[in-house]
Order: sequence, then structure tokens, then C-alpha cells
Amino acid sequence: MATNMPADMVTSLVLILLLPLAGFAIQMFFGTRLPRKGDWLSTGLIGISLVLGIVMFIRTLGVFDAGYARQVHWPWIDIGGFRVGMGILFDNLTAVMLMVVGIVSFLVHLFSIGYLHGDVRYSRYFGYLGIFSFSMLGLVLCDNLLALYVFWELVGLSSYLLIGHWFEKKSASDAAKKAFLTTRIGDVGMFIGIMILYAKLGTFRFDEIFAAVADGEIGGSLLTWAGVGLFCGAIGKSAQFPLHVWLPDAMEGPTPVSALIHAATMVAAGVYMVGRLFLLFTPEALLVIAYIGLITAVMAASIAIVQTDIKKALAYSTISQLGYMITALGVGGYTAGLFHLMTHAFFKALLFLGSGSVIHAVHSQEMPDMGGLRKKMPVTFWTFLVATLAISGVPGLSGFFSKDMILGASLAFGMEHSSHLIIFLLLLVTAGVTAFYMFRVVFLTFLGRPRDEERYAHAHESPAVMTIPLTVLAVLAVGSAWGGWFQALVVKPELGQYRTAAVAPAVPGGEHGEAHAGEHHEAVHDETTIPDALHADPEGHETHVAGGDHADHGAAHRAHQIAMITSILAAGLGILLAWLFYGRRLFSAETVRRRLAAVHLLLSKKYYFDEIYAVGVVGTTLWVSRAARAFDTHVVDGAVNGTAWRARGFSWFIGLFDNTVIDGMVNGVAGTVTAWGRQFRRIQTGKIQNYLLGLVAVALILAFVRLVRGF
Amino acid sequence: MIPLQGYLVIAAVLFVLGLFCVMTRRNAVTILMGIELILNSANVNFIAFARYCAPDIQGHVFAIFVIIMAAAEAAIALAIVLNLYKRINSIDVDEVDMMRG
Repeated sequence: MATNMPADMVTSLVLILLLPLAGFAIQMFFGTRLPRKGDWLSTGLIGISLVLGIVMFIRTLGVFDAGYARQVHWPWIDIGGFRVGMGILFDNLTAVMLMVVGIVSFLVHLFSIGYLHGDVRYSRYFGYLGIFSFSMLGLVLCDNLLALYVFWELVGLSSYLLIGHWFEKKSASDAAKKAFLTTRIGDVGMFIGIMILYAKLGTFRFDEIFAAVADGEIGGSLLTWAGVGLFCGAIGKSAQFPLHVWLPDAMEGPTPVSALIHAATMVAAGVYMVGRLFLLFTPEALLVIAYIGLITAVMAASIAIVQTDIKKALAYSTISQLGYMITALGVGGYTAGLFHLMTHAFFKALLFLGSGSVIHAVHSQEMPDMGGLRKKMPVTFWTFLVATLAISGVPGLSGFFSKDMILGASLAFGMEHSSHLIIFLLLLVTAGVTAFYMFRVVFLTFLGRPRDEERYAHAHESPAVMTIPLTVLAVLAVGSAWGGWFQALVVKPELGQYRTAAVAPAVPGGEHGEAHAGEHHEAVHDETTIPDALHADPEGHETHVAGGDHADHGAAHRAHQIAMITSILAAGLGILLAWLFYGRRLFSAETVRRRLAAVHLLLSKKYYFDEIYAVGVVGTTLWVSRAARAFDTHVVDGAVNGTAWRARGFSWFIGLFDNTVIDGMVNGVAGTVTAWGRQFRRIQTGKIQNYLLGLVAVALILAFVRLVRGF
Repeated sequence: MIPLQGYLVIAAVLFVLGLFCVMTRRNAVTILMGIELILNSANVNFIAFARYCAPDIQGHVFAIFVIIMAAAEAAIALAIVLNLYKRINSIDVDEVDMMRG
């Protein structure tokens, strides 16, 4: 057991991981027999898990060291040359993810108590939420690729179960299948990536793989392909182009599930994975990542403009924001991408839960059925507005800091490699579009006059169990980025620290014992880390693509200033346009739609991705199957039948020979044996004592012979 | 002190008595008793040789194994006898010749 993790920390982390699993097991077996069908139990268990997660998080805040990492590793399978271990890696990124997953999961549990009140499979729903939380926590805690892959599939499974929660509805069960199969396609790539690394390096552990990369044991195109393969997993799970098609359909699941899995945590797992394995992506692989993310961000944002279903609009917004994060990681903005992952988790979970609250009130997901709900649902409206401001990048809110950081990183990258300046420009446009479509949702849902009087009359504010999560998330959507702690703690790792010249400190920061946390705290609190992070330019530590140096710090600083100003302008423009279209109604959206009918059709059909896949992938598969069947019927069957005819003719001859010659011999032998047997059977009387007599007689004879002959 | 031969003679006598019992009796339970005699004659030999020829614990351990095995054997054999009785309403081994050739 290799460890530098204190035992109490191991206990806490294992408890954090296993409590939701316990909730799952109890719900599955006894859920319906518990009072209130056990919702308090699941919520309580995840609550304890959350409290422990927050304790761990505060502990890392207390240490406040960018290189802080603790690892514990146990041998698991050890057969011949095949060695696999299991372990927990706990660093600042893990701490942040534990807290994010815990908070969102707990609040979604709470919200679900109200939202799914009286549901047919209420306790099973909470059980599934439990196994999802377990797998997601395992995903962020594990220290090797094998465990990552296992938990990766487990979150896919729980996503499948939860999307298909109302499986009586065909669209829901179809969506569940589509989500599972589509993400599986990406996972095949991920598996190939893992196997490339294992075949070459013989290990699954992150630190050992990084050490091998640092030592140049693996490199060049092999490493690029491994990286691209692993990224395929992220394409599937994080709904990146071209495998994004499952996420909008996944909105068939209950809305709190959409908030937890399809907005805040599982879809962010791909981003987390790319961040966690950041060191093994070559510049080429990162470029692929950046452009895939860029295509996704732009495409999804443009689709979101024309959606009329509030959840679909949010789903495309999620895809677009995930593209943002992926792009940020691709251009080397490690901190920026993961920062946006955290802030997005809070405000997007809030948006989804807010939309859930609205859907709960008006029993429709179509925005044309809504309007004017502000007065009926003040808490939902104000929290939703806060989240919208955050996602639009209005200064002061969490989304502003992270989005601004991404734009800064992409501009810095573009200034260094001018051919890639388009990344920054398109991201900037996307930022404006994001502000536009999000405010469109707000205007259509909460402002203006009610379009469906009957639904409006029945609308009401949701119960406290639903509004409290909204309020908590609103506070986090505003303030989670304040103070610059994230930029100071989650810093892009350096490959150099993994060189095996020093095998022992392969775990970064391993030499600082927990006991010295106090002094260490003082040591890091010097002037270099924090003020830099608190500065309006939050990218004090951000370097550009692998190999970027700090020499052009001034240029980077200027890039971030430009990025900040332009991003505020873009957001403002987007909000202004949305207001003009849907608030003042100065322009008519209807006229624009008629003018640009072709564009509108293209967008509302989501660029025909589903149709292209139906024709291209499904159609091709069907065509290949039919061709294969025809081949089977005519060629294979013909060959088989022909062979059968010849075989029959030959067999007849063989049969003749067999019956006369062979059987004659066999029967002759058998007859002889029978005749002998008839004689010998007399010996077998069936009486044990006869046999014993024979035995004793032989023994006596042998003894006698030995006595007489003396040997 | 009694010489080794004394024990061996006792053991031989026990063995022969047991063998005789097993070979001549018709009653299955009596046969089992004969087997016990044979086993115990072996035990006597084990202990005797352990005492006189190889002063270590192996012989004793073997004897204890034999006792345990004998207990298990008796349990199984009595179960067989019981089933036998249920089936043919007798425990006379001469009537049990279903395996005759």
C-alpha cells in the first residue's frame, strides 16, 4: 500500500463514496416499505456525504497549496505479470469536484422530494440518484484509468436508468437507449486509448503514466492517438460534436435528473477527464480537442436560439457551454476550463431546477404556453434571472469570471498562433448568442403577458423544498468564483514534476505532511500566489499550449483585458437584442423568422443531425444487414447445400463400408468380450465378504512367499 | 517395561479378531464393529512404534486422525445401514447382492 494520505482522510473519502451506494442498496430492497418511501434516507445519506465533502474541501482551503495532493493505493489484482491497483487520489481538483457533485446532488435530492411527489417509482428514483452519486464521486476520486473507466460506465448506466425513469413513455425509453448507445460509441474510443497506454506502459495509474510521458517512454503519434482515443470518451459523455445528439433527447428524464446528470455533473465528467489527464495530451491532440469544442459551442448555441421547449433550449445551452470548457482545455486554458466546469455546474443546475419549478407549475415544457410567470413565481423568477445573468457573463457573477478566463486563454492562444485566432472570435460570438438565447428564455417564460390564461391561472410558486435548493444555488451562482481561490488552487500541472529521477515524490507535494499544514499555510500565503489571482486578470498562472513560457506575460495580460472588455460588450449586445426582440418587441421575431425561413428551418431541425444519422448510420447499418442477409441466403446457403449433397453421396458409400467391414470387426471383438465376460461374471457375487476373503487369501499368500523366500 | 513385541502381538490379535468378525458375520452392524477393531489395532501399532522406534509426535497424530476418521466412517456407515434397512427391511449383508454380476 503506497500512501501519503492520513488514515482519517481515507476513512472520510471512502465514507463519502460509499454512503450514496448504501442509499441505493437500501432503496432497492426496502425502499417502498420505508416511511415516506425512504426519500429522507437517501437525502440524509447524500447530505452526510456532502458535509464530509465540504469538510475535506475546507481542509484543502486551509492548506492552500496549488501542488497539494494525497494518494493512497492498494494492490487489487495481482496474477502473474498482470498487476492492477485501486486507489484514491485527492488533490485540489478532486476537492472541488467532490464539493460540486455533493452540493448539486444533495440539492437535487431535496428538489426531487417536491418535484416527484407521488411518483409511481418514487423510491427507485432515489435509489438511482444514489448510485449515480456514488459513481460520479468514484469517478472523481479514483487514481487510475481502469477505475475511471468503470465509474465512467457506471454513470452512463445510471444516466440510462434515470432518463428512462418514465419508461412507459416510448420517447423516454427511446431517449434512454439513444443516450446509452451514443455515449458507448465514444467509450469504445476511450477504451482504445486506455489500452494503448496499458499496452505500452503496463500501468493504469495516472502518476505512473505521467511519469512515463515525462520520461519520454511514450510519445509522438502513439501518444496523440491515445489522447484522441481518450478524448472520444469525452465526446460521447460530454455531448460534443458529433455525438451530441443524445443530450437533447435525454431531457425526457425527470427535470431534477437533467439538472444533476445532464447539466452539472455527468456531462462535465468528460471535461474533468480531459483536465485530469491533461498532461498526456500532445499539442496535436489538444488542437483536435479545441476545434471539436469550438464546433460544439457554436453549433449548439445557434440551435438554442430557435428552441421552444424550455428544457431543450437549456440542453443546447449545456452542450454549448461544455464545448466552451473543452475548447478552453484545448487551447491550454486548464484552469479556465475547469473553472467554468464548476461555475457552470451551479448556474446550469439552477437553470434546470428553475425550469423544473416552472414545469411543475404549468405542466408544460413549451415556452409558448408560458409567459408572465414572474408574479406567480417570484422566487423561481429571481433565481432563474440570477443564473441567466451568470451564464451570460454579466460582470461580478461567477459565470463572468470563468467565461472571461476562457476567452482570455483563447485570445492569448490566438495571438501566439494567429491562424487560430478564429477560436477566440467564434467563442466571442457564442458568448453574445448565449446571452441572447438565455434572455429570450427569461422573457418568454417569466415576462410579458401570459399566453395561456388557463395554465397561468393554475400556476403557483413551488413548495419550500423546491425553492430552497434554488436559493442556495443562486447564492453559489453569484459568489462561487469570488476571491480567486479557484485560480490559485487549480493550477495547470507541469510534466517536469513527474520525471522519475525522483520516484518517491511522484505524488506532488507528497513531502509535506498533514501535520505541517499549519506552517505550510503561512508559507504559501506570501505575496506571489493570492494577489495575482485576486487581480482582475485571473489568469496569473495560465500558460498557453504546452511549452508556452511566461516571457510574454505582458501580452497575455493585454489579451485578458481585451477579452474581458469584448466579452462584456458581447454579453451586453446579446441581452440588448433579446430585450428588443422579446421585451420591447421593437422587432418582431416572427418577421425575422419568415425572412430567414431557410436558416430557421435548418436550426429548428438541429442541422439535421438526427436525420443524417438516421439515413447515414442507421440506414447504412440496415443496408449492410440486408446485403449480408442476401449473401447469406444465396452464397453461403448455396455452398452449404452443395456441400451437403456431396457429403450425402459420399456418406452412402462410407455407410456401406462401415456396416460390413468395420461393424464386422467391432461385433467380433464385442462377441469375444461377451463370451469371456459371461465366464468372469460368476466371480462377482455381490457379497463383500467373498471379496474380502479373496483379499485376505492373496495377502496371506504374499506374506507366506516373503517368509519362505526371504525377500 | 513391556517390550514392543507385546503391543504388536496384541495388535495382531485384535486385527485378526476384527478381520474374522468382518468376514464371517452376517449382521452389518457387527461388521462395523469388526472394522473398528481393525482400525484400533492399527492405532495400537502406531502408538507402539511411535513410543519405541520414532520418539516424535507423528505416530500420535496419525492415531488421532484415525480416530476421527473412524468416527466419520461410523457415522456414514450407520447411515448406509439405516437406508439399507429402510429399503430391504433387513441388515443381513448376504441379502445385499444387487451388484452381483
